[in-house]
Amino acid sequence: MLAELCLGLVMLGLAAYAVLGSADFGAGFWDLTAGGDRRGGRLRGMVQRSMSPVWEANHVWLIFVLVIAWTAFPVAFGSIFSTLYIPLFLAAIGIIFRGTAFVLRGQAATIREARVLGALFALSSVLIPFFLGAALGGIASGRVEVGNAAGDPVSSWLNPTSVLIGVIAVLSGAYLAAVFLAGDSERADQPDLVRAFRARALGMGALTGVVALGGLLVLRDDAPDLYDGLTSGGGLVMVIASALAGTATLALVWRERFGVARFTAALAVVCIVVGWALAQDPYLLPPELTLDEAAASDATLSAVLIGVGLGMIILAPSLWLLYHLVLQGRLDQEYEPLDQRFRPLTASDEDPQ
Amino acid sequence: MAGPAFTMFAQQVVETLGGEHQPDTVLARQMQALSLAVHIPIVCFGIAFPAMIVFVEGLYLRTGDLAYKALAKRWSKVALILFAVGVVTGTILSFEFGLLWPDFMATFGEVFGIAFGLEGISFFVEAIFIAIYVYGWDRLSRRAHFLTGIPIVISGFTGSLNVIAVNGWMNNPEGFDVVDGRVVNPQPWDALFNANMWHELIHMYLAGYIVAGFIVAGIYAYAWLKGRRDRYHRTGLVVTLAFASLAAPVQVVIGDWAGRQVAESQPVKLAAFEGVYRTQDGAPFTIGGIYDKDTGEVKWGIEIPKLLSLLAHHDPNARVVGLEAVPADDRPPVNIVRFSFQTMVGIGTALALLGTTFIVTWFRKRRLPRSRWFYRGVMAAGPLAFVALIAGWITTEVGRQPWIVYEVMRTDQAVTAADGLEVGYVFLVCVYLGLGAAVVWLLRRLTRRPPATEVGAPVAPARDEEPS
Ligand code: HDD
Ligand code: HEM
Ligand code: HEM
Repeated sequence: MLAELCLGLVMLGLAAYAVLGSADFGAGFWDLTAGGDRRGGRLRGMVQRSMSPVWEANHVWLIFVLVIAWTAFPVAFGSIFSTLYIPLFLAAIGIIFRGTAFVLRGQAATIREARVLGALFALSSVLIPFFLGAALGGIASGRVEVGNAAGDPVSSWLNPTSVLIGVIAVLSGAYLAAVFLAGDSERADQPDLVRAFRARALGMGALTGVVALGGLLVLRDDAPDLYDGLTSGGGLVMVIASALAGTATLALVWRERFGVARFTAALAVVCIVVGWALAQDPYLLPPELTLDEAAASDATLSAVLIGVGLGMIILAPSLWLLYHLVLQGRLDQEYEPLDQRFRPLTASDEDPQ
Repeated sequence: MAGPAFTMFAQQVVETLGGEHQPDTVLARQMQALSLAVHIPIVCFGIAFPAMIVFVEGLYLRTGDLAYKALAKRWSKVALILFAVGVVTGTILSFEFGLLWPDFMATFGEVFGIAFGLEGISFFVEAIFIAIYVYGWDRLSRRAHFLTGIPIVISGFTGSLNVIAVNGWMNNPEGFDVVDGRVVNPQPWDALFNANMWHELIHMYLAGYIVAGFIVAGIYAYAWLKGRRDRYHRTGLVVTLAFASLAAPVQVVIGDWAGRQVAESQPVKLAAFEGVYRTQDGAPFTIGGIYDKDTGEVKWGIEIPKLLSLLAHHDPNARVVGLEAVPADDRPPVNIVRFSFQTMVGIGTALALLGTTFIVTWFRKRRLPRSRWFYRGVMAAGPLAFVALIAGWITTEVGRQPWIVYEVMRTDQAVTAADGLEVGYVFLVCVYLGLGAAVVWLLRRLTRRPPATEVGAPVAPARDEEPS
């Protein structure tokens, strides 16, 4: 029971990171694909503005997952990190680049600086979710063996399941980001950006759905146990729920109900995370290590629950305050296209496109 | 285990994951040390800067003087940037625990992990409020804005408490039993509040104020020498200098406490601080010199009789345990540890003197010192404090060797069995160099912007004549 509760905390962290963290990565994706300075400047300005106040808090969910995992499931943690060291190291390096380049871009003085920093930020925003997703794929497809670097360092994360999950991580982030950014653009009164992000959300939502469903075929060959888990029992329920939430989101975005779409889009992602957990139950590291075997002793597990529980008393209202202020627009900065700072205002700025 | 015994026995554990270990741990240790040496100086700002900012904002609320507001706002932007860098470098550290030391985590994660859980929550709170604080300027009411600064200060403290608790635990492990070489019966709360935590915490916390305070003060001291002495620059100088100067003399006292704690819980480490080979009564303190492994003597040092016994145990004739108490394999590399220790103590003493000069002048004469040398001293103090910080950590960490968990697990038992560390190492060095260059570049850009841009109004340009 204690082990399940602690796993619940890990899943909570993963789900939160898969929604909030991925949306930040997705924003980077749109930044990367926004086009030239002038055309992309407006989009990038919105990305910069939306992400600035929240990305650090969103990032902490990852830390949360790590620390709970190494306390409550130390053997699994050691095995995962020593086997999957390549994607995890690359993700960590990506995290340095992304965070730094992002804050630096806010201070860039010339368009060239902004361009280099922006490229760095945006590129790492695509690579990080891919590598993290690939690492998860290695776990889910049973390629991490228990022991110090016991699994294969390459095929554990370069395999069909890993690549699939990596790609889905990138796409679903982009999808979430587009939905969130459309809402933010609406609040900032930028109708052209609303249109731009709406189109992106619709396209990306459809693409993510197709890849996810098609991906089930990949899983059937490459990770049959996972496939079985996802197509029966609780796993199946979650997959269906996710598909429904995803479809609902598309409909809501279509009708420009971005406020509600935010939540259904998030729900679609959360369902997948939960579905994965159910699919590989009772294993933490399939096919060897079960949750109960992996769990630390009861004293530690209850300490984690007490510690985090007490922490939540402070953390939950703080988080609420932050997102409340953000969603109310109280922390909003003046909107300006990213390239604006570097050139004089012209008439066409009033009427874009 | 400890105590003034002549021979000490380690109670070594068997590692949980096992497997082929690296032939040597140098690369992994270097990577860990490098990442820490990047993270720690940055988080000094996360520890100390918020308190200074909130203080200056308090001055603004009391006086309504825009110069204070401009200063607090400018600093809060710097703090946000440094916070971001602290976040990413801290993330690397968390990853490195698993990437470099999987068996340390697998074997002991359940014992000390809880501390990091609480640390995570603290930094969560810090991240939330720092965002609200920085983006909330002029958008929240003045009082509400001021209040959102306070959780940043508190969570910086509790976050540090929890990480430092882990380091204290590695140095003085408790809260578990070893049965047949296996770690059993973890008591995470005992591990968290271990006997080494308190001195390390306070010492590190003060170090945060000393490092951040003197580095920022150094920038304003430079401006001062260049003749920029308006209220804005003057406040920047006085506030940072005051925080650092108050902390510096106290640091010496805490350092003494730390030394006594080490003498008690890690006598061999203390022997390495001082290059004491033979266990002896009334041990001398040697300044400078080089420890010679073959003879067990310190050559070319200046010896002060009985001082070490006096410092370590507050009794000139007390017995000090020497390196000979443990087999050669269990001794840390003496010269590195000793040199670092002496560097820290030397710098610490100098900073305490500098700080005292400032405090005394300020309280007796109600003005800043006049000598240009004082300002040059302040400019030097920042880099020196940084050196002392790193030296202190080298003292603690290398002094713990060859153990990762003191007398329980060896560093080479903990290390990863994966290959490719060389590649990772080179990569990481390049990344940190780039990161350092980028941050310096950014901060210089920020400081060049005139203060008025922060408040959209001229900031009391009048030269503030000092009351004399
Ligand atoms: C600005 C930085 C700074 C300054 C001025 C000093 N120290 Fe320090 N010292 C540190 C920063 C530091 C630290 C933050 O780097 C360490 C590493 C571990 C710790 O708890 O604090 C440390 C550790 C450390 C230890 C080892 C603790 C252990 O291994 O558990 C001792 C004995 C001292 N210090 C003693 C002193 C003395 C006697 C000082 C003054 C004269 C002094 N320190 C000034
Ligand atoms: C090995 C040890 C360490 C690890 C694994 C570690 C990990 C981390 C992580 C993950 C973060 C980011 C938190 C976030 O996302 O907001 C962080 C930030 C921070 N760390 Fe560390 N840390 C270590 C050592 C230390 C030490 C020794 C201190 C000092 C007391 C410290 C003080 C801080 C502070 C104050 C922050 C907040 C960020 C900032 O102010 O820039 N850390 N650390
Ligand atoms: C909370 C804090 C800290 C934790 C949990 C921690 C943990 C570790 C670990 C796991 C290692 C590798 C194993 C070993 O060599 O024993 C290590 C080594 C090291 N750490 Fe720390 N550390 C902490 C703080 C620091 C800080 C702040 C520094 C400073 C700059 C530092 C400097 C070093 C150095 C120099 C080594 C390498 C030792 C060697 O090469 O012999 N540590 N630390």
